[in-house]
Amino acid sequence: MKYEAVIGLEVHVQLKTKTKAFCGCVNEFGSKENTNICPVCLGLPGSLPVLNEKAYKMSMKVGLALDCVPRQCVKFDRKNYFYPDLPKNFQISQYDMPFAENGALDIYVNGQDKKIRIKRVHLEEDAGKLMHPEGESYSLVDFNRAGAPLLEIVSEPDMHSPDDAYQYLTDLKLIIQYLDISDCDMEKGSLRCDANISLRPEGQVKLGTKAELKNMNSFKAIKAALTYEIKRQEKILENKEPIAQETRLWDEEKEQTILMRSKEEAHDYRYFPEPDLPIFDLAGEEIQDIMDTLPELPKAKLGRFMGSYGFSQKDAAVIISSKGLADYFESCLKFFNAPKPVANWLAGPVFSEMNSRNISIVSLGLAPEHLAKLISRVEDGSISRLVAKDVLSVMLKTSQGPDAIIKDKGLQQVSGASELNKIIDEAIANNKKSVDDYLSGKENALMFLVGQVMKLSSGKANPKAVKDMMTERLKKC
Amino acid sequence: MKLNFLTAHELQGLLAAKKIEPVQILADIEERCRIVEPKIRAYARAPFFRKISSESRLQGELSGIPAVIKDNICSDGDLTECCSRILEGFRPPYDATVVEKLKGNGSFIMAKANMDEFAFGSSCETSCFYPTRNPWNTDHVPGGSSGGAAASVAADEAIFSLGSDTGGSIRQPAALCGVVGLKPTYGRVSRYGLIAFASSLDQIGPLTKDVRDNALLLKIISGHDEKDSTSADMPVPDYPALLEKDVRGMRVAIPREYFVEGMDPEIRQSLTEAKNKLGSLGVSFGEVSLPHTEYAVAVYYIIATAEASSNLARFDGVQYGLRNSEKTNSGQPPLISMYKETRGRGFGAEAKRRITLGTYVLSSGYYDAYYLRASKVRALIKDDFDKVFKEFDLILTPTSPTAAFKLGEKTNDPLNMYLSDIYTISANLAGIPAISLPCGLTKKGLPIGMQVLGKPFGEEDIFRLAYQYEQNTAWHKEKPKL
Repeated sequence: MKYEAVIGLEVHVQLKTKTKAFCGCVNEFGSKENTNICPVCLGLPGSLPVLNEKAYKMSMKVGLALDCVPRQCVKFDRKNYFYPDLPKNFQISQYDMPFAENGALDIYVNGQDKKIRIKRVHLEEDAGKLMHPEGESYSLVDFNRAGAPLLEIVSEPDMHSPDDAYQYLTDLKLIIQYLDISDCDMEKGSLRCDANISLRPEGQVKLGTKAELKNMNSFKAIKAALTYEIKRQEKILENKEPIAQETRLWDEEKEQTILMRSKEEAHDYRYFPEPDLPIFDLAGEEIQDIMDTLPELPKAKLGRFMGSYGFSQKDAAVIISSKGLADYFESCLKFFNAPKPVANWLAGPVFSEMNSRNISIVSLGLAPEHLAKLISRVEDGSISRLVAKDVLSVMLKTSQGPDAIIKDKGLQQVSGASELNKIIDEAIANNKKSVDDYLSGKENALMFLVGQVMKLSSGKANPKAVKDMMTERLKKC
Repeated sequence: MKLNFLTAHELQGLLAAKKIEPVQILADIEERCRIVEPKIRAYARAPFFRKISSESRLQGELSGIPAVIKDNICSDGDLTECCSRILEGFRPPYDATVVEKLKGNGSFIMAKANMDEFAFGSSCETSCFYPTRNPWNTDHVPGGSSGGAAASVAADEAIFSLGSDTGGSIRQPAALCGVVGLKPTYGRVSRYGLIAFASSLDQIGPLTKDVRDNALLLKIISGHDEKDSTSADMPVPDYPALLEKDVRGMRVAIPREYFVEGMDPEIRQSLTEAKNKLGSLGVSFGEVSLPHTEYAVAVYYIIATAEASSNLARFDGVQYGLRNSEKTNSGQPPLISMYKETRGRGFGAEAKRRITLGTYVLSSGYYDAYYLRASKVRALIKDDFDKVFKEFDLILTPTSPTAAFKLGEKTNDPLNMYLSDIYTISANLAGIPAISLPCGLTKKGLPIGMQVLGKPFGEEDIFRLAYQYEQNTAWHKEKPKL
């Protein structure tokens, strides 16, 4: 029998507010243990939470960006469970009146458009971190993270393959990065994802019993865990055995999921309204104000770049893959309005420079007007692409403008007939065999000779001019 | 006269006229404590007289006047244990907002008052330390949970105190001890620094020797606090300045459900006399119905215990207070056994009963039948009051169904104990203000209190009526013989 996988994802995003969700402590990764703490985030007796307005606005933004219906009334609830990293032994979260509900994210996977519905977006507080010193019989708690704002984005079970899940996560992360509300760094834990997955016979509507997967530390791991889990559940179903509802952990080393707890051991969280916080009534104008601050989102930008600049989906996707890059691209156009060459330079040499150094376009320190000028010099034939690449690397090191570098190093392209003739003569004299080859019909030899000229000119010769002149010259041989 | 017998406003006058020095107030209180405290045991720990002298120079309306606060109100660096073993040794690193306000007005904390553990009780007998006794008759309870706060004022070993009221915990002991106790409107006073029992019901309020002091204290401790999202952003009236406004023409409702067949005849008698007295001052009365009154106790014990079960979850031995991590032979993981040992030993029987009850009513499958339904009935109870206040300014009722009962009388009968708050609980559920003030003595010489309830943020009206009543009677001047 063929089975269809049904996948839903719960994504936790740490919001990069200056302060924590319900107190004034700094919300920062990597500080010394237990330095960003106060009576409120420690849950000391008598302390009370006060909602961080920035966290609330960011939550609204995500809801709106995911086409959710924003709620007029937003309420917080307590989720009760005991764990030493949870100072109050309850988490302030949201149960039945979250920030936003019923949205959707359109993804494009393997040549197909798919709509993944978003069930809800809600805000909650993060827990602290347990540390287990090696060889000791005790554990320690670092409460720096306790009370950090965490946004949970829950999808409907609308994904049917690990690829769907991967694409959904990629697109979701991009939207969140566009909104500039989280670093979305899985390694630092600012983005976490749990997956619910079940199988059902193809064509069946009723959902099968699901397993919840945890502990995946990268998008790749999520894909791998889902792939593993599909096989595991398939095997069980083929043996005509029932699937157990359980929570399973992804073991990165063994590349398999292992049982964490069964349904019987599941918590009863005893949700009830958080009495220390009021119900927040959102005025219509407030929602409109937040809506007005939304940037152009990736999907809209992709469409616009394809339409206005004539890009293919693939090229446009590269440029919009970060908001910084897309903004940079459009800044360049202000100085030199040639979308395709600018895109090629960005997607090519600039992108690979960013990747090799693993930094953003902004951190590269390359002024858009300088890059635009460099590209314009290539386009107007002043320098060759080859020389331009060398100029670029100098620009990256010195932050100088391209014209100054070209002038300093005398890199202006050589197109003058007399100068070129001299070099062509030299190349022919040095490569008698290639000349003979060409004359005996080996066309390839022409490009070799052109290459030699380029080499002798240290790349300054205009390749097109050289090729034309060389062809003329060889006719006379 | 010894200064410990005076009120804050009387001391204020003497201090302003430079007739006395702050140290004299303290000396008189210290002397009084030496005599009466061994009999009453109003304080959770010995008062700290030594700390004081340097702080008493501050300028303010309470300059040089010491404050007693209930053991569930945090003050920086002082033991604050809610009279529970589980908070053993807990010294909060901060002041509650009300404590900040007291200190800002020149007062200082002299002692933490004894209370029922975590404010769970109506007799002050569930304190982990010892029960407090009623100054009028030490065989009797002072009421609770703010029993120590009320008894210390009644015994004149304090000038005033602050208590907390979740279902009557200020008003009932005020009535049983013959002092004035106010539960303000929910949101009138910041709860920041009050160790929560039931967050949607808790409110801090003053216990005083007369109405003027109560008005003075409320003015000082009220106001919006950005640290408490449930505190109201409403202007604070100058309550003492408004006391003397005439009560002629005020309309007071008498709810049928609070004056039932078989109620204590002495209490009925006192209330009738109070009503007649007020009538002679020009107040008009009308009988009304608060039809959902009979559900108040049930609703309260669902909502209050639900919130308490969650509020008290943090006492787990991890960060502060008691930790019991001795290895047991239970075979359980050490963390679980630490939780169980710590909470098992740290909480008293009543706390355990309420945590269990609250956990139960929030459990999946029971939530709708209990918590959700209780929340709906709570809204109906509030509606009852809203309707009455469309036609009336205030409501007059007894504070407690009986005068002070004997120690041990109800400790084995929790349901009977819960009914001690039958007249006071509704005000917390509805969030409205209510005061208790002395209005008589039983034949056995125990105080009787009357309760005046007002509209949300209508404390001003409550004080006005209470003040005029007090001015025309002498009950507040009666003192226990100690």
